[in-house]
Amino acid sequence: MAEKSKVAFYWCASCGGCEEAMVDLAEDILQVVEKAEFVLWPVAMDFKREDVENLKDEEILVTFINGAVRTSEQEEMVRLLRKKSKILIAFGACAYTGGVPGLANCYSREEILNFYYKSGDTVFNPEDKKPTPHFIEGNFAFEIPEFYGRVYAVDQVVDVDYYIPGCAPTRKVVKNAIDALFSSQLPQKGSILGASSKSLCNECPLNETKPEKIYVKKFKRVDKTQPEPDKCLLIQGYPCLGPVTRGGCEALCVKANYPCTGCFGPLDDVKDYGAKAVSFLASIIDSNDEKEIEKIIDEGLSNPLAIVYRYSLPKSLIFDTKIKKNGG
Amino acid sequence: MQHKITIDPITRLEGHGKIEIFLDEKGNVERAFLVVPELRGFEIFVKGKPAEDMPIITARICGVCPTAHHMASTKALDDLYKVQPPSPAKKLREMLYNMFMLEDHALHVYILGGPDFIVGPKAKKAERNVLGVIQKVGLEVGKKVISVRREIRELMTLLAGKVIHPAWGVPGGVTRGIKKEEVVNFIKVAEKGVEFALFTLKVFKDIVLSNKEYVDLILSDAYTHRTYYMGLVDENKKLNFYDGKIRVVDPEGKEYALFDVRNYREYIAEHVENWTYIKFPFLKKVGWKGFVDGKDSGIYSVAPLARLNACEGISTPRAQEAYEEFYKTLGGKPVHHTLANHWARVVEMIYAAERFLELAKDPEITSDNIRNIPTETPTVGIGVVEAPRGTLIHHYETDERGYITKANLIVATQNNSARISMSIDKAAKSLIKEGKYDEGILNMVEMAFRAYDPCHACGTHSLPGNIPVLINIRNKNGEIIKTIKNFE
Ligand code: SF4
Ligand code: SF4
Ligand code: SF4
Repeated sequence: MAEKSKVAFYWCASCGGCEEAMVDLAEDILQVVEKAEFVLWPVAMDFKREDVENLKDEEILVTFINGAVRTSEQEEMVRLLRKKSKILIAFGACAYTGGVPGLANCYSREEILNFYYKSGDTVFNPEDKKPTPHFIEGNFAFEIPEFYGRVYAVDQVVDVDYYIPGCAPTRKVVKNAIDALFSSQLPQKGSILGASSKSLCNECPLNETKPEKIYVKKFKRVDKTQPEPDKCLLIQGYPCLGPVTRGGCEALCVKANYPCTGCFGPLDDVKDYGAKAVSFLASIIDSNDEKEIEKIIDEGLSNPLAIVYRYSLPKSLIFDTKIKKNGG
Repeated sequence: MQHKITIDPITRLEGHGKIEIFLDEKGNVERAFLVVPELRGFEIFVKGKPAEDMPIITARICGVCPTAHHMASTKALDDLYKVQPPSPAKKLREMLYNMFMLEDHALHVYILGGPDFIVGPKAKKAERNVLGVIQKVGLEVGKKVISVRREIRELMTLLAGKVIHPAWGVPGGVTRGIKKEEVVNFIKVAEKGVEFALFTLKVFKDIVLSNKEYVDLILSDAYTHRTYYMGLVDENKKLNFYDGKIRVVDPEGKEYALFDVRNYREYIAEHVENWTYIKFPFLKKVGWKGFVDGKDSGIYSVAPLARLNACEGISTPRAQEAYEEFYKTLGGKPVHHTLANHWARVVEMIYAAERFLELAKDPEITSDNIRNIPTETPTVGIGVVEAPRGTLIHHYETDERGYITKANLIVATQNNSARISMSIDKAAKSLIKEGKYDEGILNMVEMAFRAYDPCHACGTHSLPGNIPVLINIRNKNGEIIKTIKNFE
């Protein structure tokens, strides 16, 4: 490449784990720097918003965005970056499907603000103060962004070209994705980069112990049971989501004897990860008796929403809406 | 004419924190504020979730210190299910925790805060970063930092599943132990860790302490606040990151409180302001008196300096030596100088490494006895650890089946929010006089918040580690009349 391509890395409602994943690339990042010039990497680079505004439209070759969209400031930045970038990539589960912060979509803005600033156990607020956008007190005028009523995945705000799954994406996945981007042939728009197109089970060391057909009489919770090591967690009754989750992480959690919670998201052609996971779990229940089935679910999966939509509630069919202008 | 100066180091693009400085007619600082423009609402949306998922969910509060949330949460589950982990499980957890403290502190020392001193507060901004550090201390050292950190993180992955967001802690223990053939590696890396931490102390002494200018800066009034200090201590009141009681000392260093985290609500309350999403914890019985220091104000501090002030010594030998030297040099306990946090952090690195080694060598560490299965009905659970950035409390309540009905979290950086705000205010006031200010103030103001290693998670990603600061000076119509920045 004669001229270096411009690349940006930006975060919205993020925990910083995705950034840490990028840093964990260590010396591999030097290969990126060889081919690319970072025009925006908060903290490390010149990150003035004005500087991005001054770029020509589509002047940035690739922008990676991690974190979900929850505030007015994040929405504005994502829109701006979309305009300035040829390729926009949702990096990590939060950007891809809303992630863990997306679980907040079941609660209203008022419930959240009320707990934080009024009713929380340790709050002491006799003057009934609360964070207020455009707040003026005497001589002091403050600007803080608007806190939206729900969380959005990035493609619910702007058009996204590719996705990198994982919470956080692993070093290998990030490296694969970057290689794919800089290869001469770009993948098809909408593709998942860096991960596998097969399920996690395919790369799980316990797969050998997993039979063709699985029947479960009881779902177990790790609070009061301990998984046996070296035996497929699902056949032990733990709702391991490996069968419906995209591979790529090399079964990190399972290797620590912990059931997969599905952070790599759905396989190709699955629109709603949670719906798929629920129907899978239901299909392995070993009973035809309605009452018994109810009991099995109640005892082991009594809040299935929390289990199957851990990383993707904003993209579930019930919540999948685009951002209204200026939040919701 | 009222001027407003916005220092937007990390906020505008990431939404994690900015500083607003207001000048009066004469151009002196009237007040400077730390503004945090973000909130995610974890306490609310975890409602209805199975309690055992909390260590997985709350790790997502922060990808830089996920181990701290994972562990505080796991300990809250022990309490919730009224079960104590067997001794080997407790040791495994404490070992993982010290590994984490060591790699995280190393990051701050060499890449984030350290460059201010190692390269120098007045060095060229292009050098005041990890590259400058490498130039100053040599490429070998740079490689050492990367390799020690990488090796520790690989072993953490082996043990806890993931290094960013572990999947490991359960009530009464952990899901995976260490095999005999694996422990050899842990010992090897721990030995390297001790050597590395001691080496870091030497670097700090050679470069910082031998330079009078730096020492004067550490001791200067601009970076001094006489507040209360909080930290975990063991049964001998020695420093502990993983477990113990919360000890608070007053500005004179006298014990103000020593309490079980279960009683935290008697001691800690949170003040709210209209201009920021962050809350300001304070000592409830002393009361909120505004952003002022002293014994009558309930503002307290956490993190390395506060922890050393709050304990009565360190249980490992080399760290104890370093601790004694720290207080001897800085004129006795407590030390009120914010910038001394950097040195305190190095002392803590030595402790974390020594403790890591002790535990790796402990014969129990390879035991299979890694879990006590709970049998009691869950009700209320409260857990605490010392995150790198200070005391971290998780509090859950559940129904009898263990589904969350209520959660309350007191997060490390939040504990420091009032003091950080004061530090910024004071630094700004002492540096900006009669409308005169220059680029020099940028780094000085940066230093005022960087010493706390605040978890504007961005900090960790700063390669090269200089936090860019942009100051826009506006007239009262909001027009920018001058811009100063420390990046090109
Ligand atoms: S995807 Fe995971 S690691 Fe990345 S920002 Fe979201 S919570 Fe953090
Ligand atoms: S179900 Fe889980 S444990 Fe079993 S093979 Fe698949 S990923 Fe592995
Ligand atoms: S095992 Fe599952 S939850 Fe764990 S990293 Fe892999 S995909 Fe994510």
